[in-house]
Amino acid sequence: MIPKRLGLCARVLSRPRSSLLSRTFATQPEKPSTATETTHFGFRDVPRSEKESLVKEVFSSVASKYDVMNDAMSMGVHRLWKDEFVSSLKPGSVKVGKVTRCIDVAGGTGDIALRILDYAREKKADRDITVDLVDINPDMLKEGQKRFRKTMYHGSPQVAFHVGNAQDLGKDRFPDNTYDIYTIAFGIRNCTDIPAVLSEAYRVLKPGGVFACLEFSKVTQPVLASLYEQYSFSVIPLLGTILAGDRASYQYLVESIRKFPSQQEFARMIANAGFEVGELEDGGAWRDQWGGIASIHTGVKLA
Amino acid sequence: MSALRFRVGLTRQSIRTRISLRGTLPVCSQARHVKTPAYDGHIPLNWAENAFMAVGSAVMSLLDPRRGDMIAALGETTAGNSLYKLREQMLESPEGRRILKERPRVNTDTVDMTKLAQLPEGTFGRTYVQWLERCGVTPDTREPVHYIDDPELAYVIQRYRECHDFYHALCNLPVNVESELALKWFEFVHFGLPMAGLGAVFGPLRLDATKRARLFREYVPWALRCGASAKPLIAVYWEERWEMNVADMKRELGMWDPPEAIWSKKLSEAKKAKLRKEQANASTTPEA
Repeated sequence: MIPKRLGLCARVLSRPRSSLLSRTFATQPEKPSTATETTHFGFRDVPRSEKESLVKEVFSSVASKYDVMNDAMSMGVHRLWKDEFVSSLKPGSVKVGKVTRCIDVAGGTGDIALRILDYAREKKADRDITVDLVDINPDMLKEGQKRFRKTMYHGSPQVAFHVGNAQDLGKDRFPDNTYDIYTIAFGIRNCTDIPAVLSEAYRVLKPGGVFACLEFSKVTQPVLASLYEQYSFSVIPLLGTILAGDRASYQYLVESIRKFPSQQEFARMIANAGFEVGELEDGGAWRDQWGGIASIHTGVKLA
Repeated sequence: MSALRFRVGLTRQSIRTRISLRGTLPVCSQARHVKTPAYDGHIPLNWAENAFMAVGSAVMSLLDPRRGDMIAALGETTAGNSLYKLREQMLESPEGRRILKERPRVNTDTVDMTKLAQLPEGTFGRTYVQWLERCGVTPDTREPVHYIDDPELAYVIQRYRECHDFYHALCNLPVNVESELALKWFEFVHFGLPMAGLGAVFGPLRLDATKRARLFREYVPWALRCGASAKPLIAVYWEERWEMNVADMKRELGMWDPPEAIWSKKLSEAKKAKLRKEQANASTTPEA
């Protein structure tokens, strides 16, 4: 099992775990001690303690039109990214009876969870794989449940829905060393404390478990970056106004993308949480999608 | 005079804003603040975004006519030069100049509905309140202006939107689709707003054949004649005329009643708005 998982991150850096080296490569994460410290909410600065509820409000507001808006804003491309994300993980096992446990955090409307179950079923004939879908927002979970009612997995033990906070899943409901795969797609940039999310991911994964994150990232190619910038700030808030009657939430969306760390920085944060990541370059610790508009970061929890 | 100076100052400001727009957008700007908002709720758009919004709101308005925000956005993004003409009309009379100076707003906070309800029968104020009651609507549900750059022109279009109900009350028209379309024809002829024209042309497509025939046979001729002959309604200070007799007012303004309309059931808009207001008050009073 473990060699297979290591195969995913082909070029694992066997970096000596000396504290000096880790500190050299480490980013300086925010370490607030009080709730009066501020953090970013898009381009605004808000008290740290408020960000969570502000984000919750955004997602309650967008929940009913979330999938439609994703299709409109990315012109359907988000489906390609998510397909690539899940297929690269190759979830499931051909061994009948072997249970692969997956947790999809900030899973909301169930795009990733459904893809995991479908991949395992179609490619590996695996009907024992389970996905625990966790989201902080009950409205998004409701949309996910609605979507799952239209599929064959409804009522089956393969999917379960939980309200939970990615920064603190809770040891009683999500014990240590439980999951084989941890996924978080387009969710981590909305979390206030990213290192906390990463350490929770590390905690709940089994040794040999895989952490995978799909998130919007930095575009380095200048022409594409300029076009993307124009598109993000001109078209997306207007699409939000027209389709959903909600400009503010989509303005937050594009601003929060700009505030998220770069690929290198995020890969270092993943490494700091204890995961083994690949080389700190495209193709190693992360794989850029469409020039860096989105990026898939992976890490493995070694023993 | 202060009104004139006020107007010139704002024009200078809007010219300055337009000049600053002439530069290209920065490549990777942290925040896209090429134009700063000129008033509360202002969302500055460049010409491409304006066009996008015009098309998008037009499509959305047709698909879902209950999206009042989209109809409002369509009006603002297609206004073009018509608002300048309306402002000119306002500046031509002392009453219109007073409106531009004082910028009265029409909602349940600024208009004392209880006082109007006690006015004698046949007065404009009483007629207005009776009409609101009969239709089950409220003046509080008008979308604020977002896409007009000049604050004064933004007020002009806001005033146009808020006075729409007065025309309903004066002409004794209900809020069903045929009557709204009749008024849209009237407004297109009278105010010259492109949005009124779009509504007038595309709106009848949503009617069935008999209603459409009735619209074109009876209401449109009224709208064309009355719209052309009426004095500039944008320059009418309605709030100063609550006690005026409705018949006298119509004579003064050069308007007359359209053919009798078919009144349908009351809408629940006013009731819902009242409930929302009560809930909002209930949640704020403990902190007060």
